[in-house]
Amino acid sequence: MKLNAGRATSFVWMGLVFAFLYLPILTLILLSFNASPMVTSWGGWSLRWYEALAKDSEIIAGAKLSLEIAFLTACASVVLGTLAALALTRFKRFPGRTLFAGMVNSPLVMPEVIIGLSLLLMLVSVQRAFGFPDRGLMTIWFGHTLLGMAYATVVVQSRLQEMSPQLEEAAQDLGCRPWQVFFLVTLPLISQAIGSAWLLTFTLSLDDVVLSAFLSGPGSTTMPIVIFSRARLGLSPSVNTVATLTVLVVGIGVVLASFLIARNERKRALEMAAAYKASGN
Amino acid sequence: MVFLLIFFLLPFLVVFKISMSEMDNVIFKDFFVWADGVLQLKIKLGNYLFIAQDDLYFETYLSSIKFAAITTGICLLIAYPFAYFMARSPADKRPALLMLVMLPFWTSFLLRVYAWKMLLADHGVFNNMAIFIGLIDEPLKMMNTPFSLVLGMVYTYLPFMILPLYANLVKMDLRLLEAALDLGATPLQAFWRITVPLSKSGIIAGSMLVFIPCVGEFVIPELLGGPQTLMIGRVLWDEFFSNNDWPMAATVAVVMVLLIIVPLALFNKYQAESTARVRS
Repeated sequence: MKLNAGRATSFVWMGLVFAFLYLPILTLILLSFNASPMVTSWGGWSLRWYEALAKDSEIIAGAKLSLEIAFLTACASVVLGTLAALALTRFKRFPGRTLFAGMVNSPLVMPEVIIGLSLLLMLVSVQRAFGFPDRGLMTIWFGHTLLGMAYATVVVQSRLQEMSPQLEEAAQDLGCRPWQVFFLVTLPLISQAIGSAWLLTFTLSLDDVVLSAFLSGPGSTTMPIVIFSRARLGLSPSVNTVATLTVLVVGIGVVLASFLIARNERKRALEMAAAYKASGN
Repeated sequence: MVFLLIFFLLPFLVVFKISMSEMDNVIFKDFFVWADGVLQLKIKLGNYLFIAQDDLYFETYLSSIKFAAITTGICLLIAYPFAYFMARSPADKRPALLMLVMLPFWTSFLLRVYAWKMLLADHGVFNNMAIFIGLIDEPLKMMNTPFSLVLGMVYTYLPFMILPLYANLVKMDLRLLEAALDLGATPLQAFWRITVPLSKSGIIAGSMLVFIPCVGEFVIPELLGGPQTLMIGRVLWDEFFSNNDWPMAATVAVVMVLLIIVPLALFNKYQAESTARVRS
């Protein structure tokens, strides 16, 4: 009886938290089909805001730039993050390890206004000294990568820590060169973590307002900046439609990716079991 | 092994160098304003004096910390039971639950904050509904209040609290609880004296993960907070973009860094500790 009461509480609590997390998103989606120009009063179903969106050149240009930056950011962060994670897990002790770990971790929590401001001040002084680089795509990419790298490092690092070092040692014993060990053993084993880190940094960059606002120059307005400036002025139906489309795309992408990852994991578990059987254990 | 060392060390050194030069900026900004010359140095000190003497800045820092602390507290109250139940749920359901927690985090943060604006506005969804049902006659003032600000921050940062707590609680050895119960502890005692102390590092990591970004939060106060709520992130933004007073903005930032350096160190310490424990 007591146990049942406990389970009931846990169900109710989890239900409430999930409702809290999802209610705003569902409202956004529902209201994007609203026919009325008043965002919050219902005037029947309509697709008129989607039509308006298709003609909205400001948002479309912003979306293009954002996607471009997000793609570049995700690629760069994953490479740098993987290298940093390898260094942090492989080498338990080297001069400045604590400093390095701290530096990799701190962009995770450091308020973005501080990162943005300090990056900008540095870029401005560099620009003054060398006349390069101009603010724009490059500088936004740079800033986003700094942030994305921190997230990628954490994701890849946790996977590396779970991984058994014996696998790499076995490959070395069997005569693999270090680069072979890396590309044939380590990389495939952490590929899922790399995949999810890529997705995470991609969405992170796609979403960022503060860093972009500090680092963008004239003519490089990303989609979040457009949305933010409209949301600041008040409620706008165009934001709802953009929201619905992003939620849809991201939702499908994430669910699909995690489904693929789960399937691969299962496949690998099966293969491992088969290998054990074959070896007669 | 030597090959391995060289092989990993080289790319690592490159990363190290890059992240050094990148992270240096946080310190760099300090030098930048100072290094411009003696004259700048004086102006700079003047800015610090100004901040120290001006009540408005002091109040803003204080209220930023207050709002961040309230948000952290509420997040912890909601997230702890949640993470606990999640960690105790059947193992085959956990990935799906985790997925559900992560999913809002993947969708745009800006848009989720905007959604609250729509729900809470004077003629927003909640007010319209309540009036329609007959619960209230006049629209309740919910937008642009401390309430909407804290709500938005709790909403945004809740997953950041749930995830470290969950990761911590799910690893806990349940036999310890059984032992406590066998030795005559009531479930409540067992919870307070076994579960909570064991999850300390999760609690601290989660709290810092919420508290530190909240102190400097800009987007949420700007969209949900209204003009009366003072947050330091907004002051910095205004100094920079509206007043174009870059040295002042830099000063505000340096003081903000000083404020969060203790929580930051705490975070790094517990982060390092928990990873060390995973390793051993």
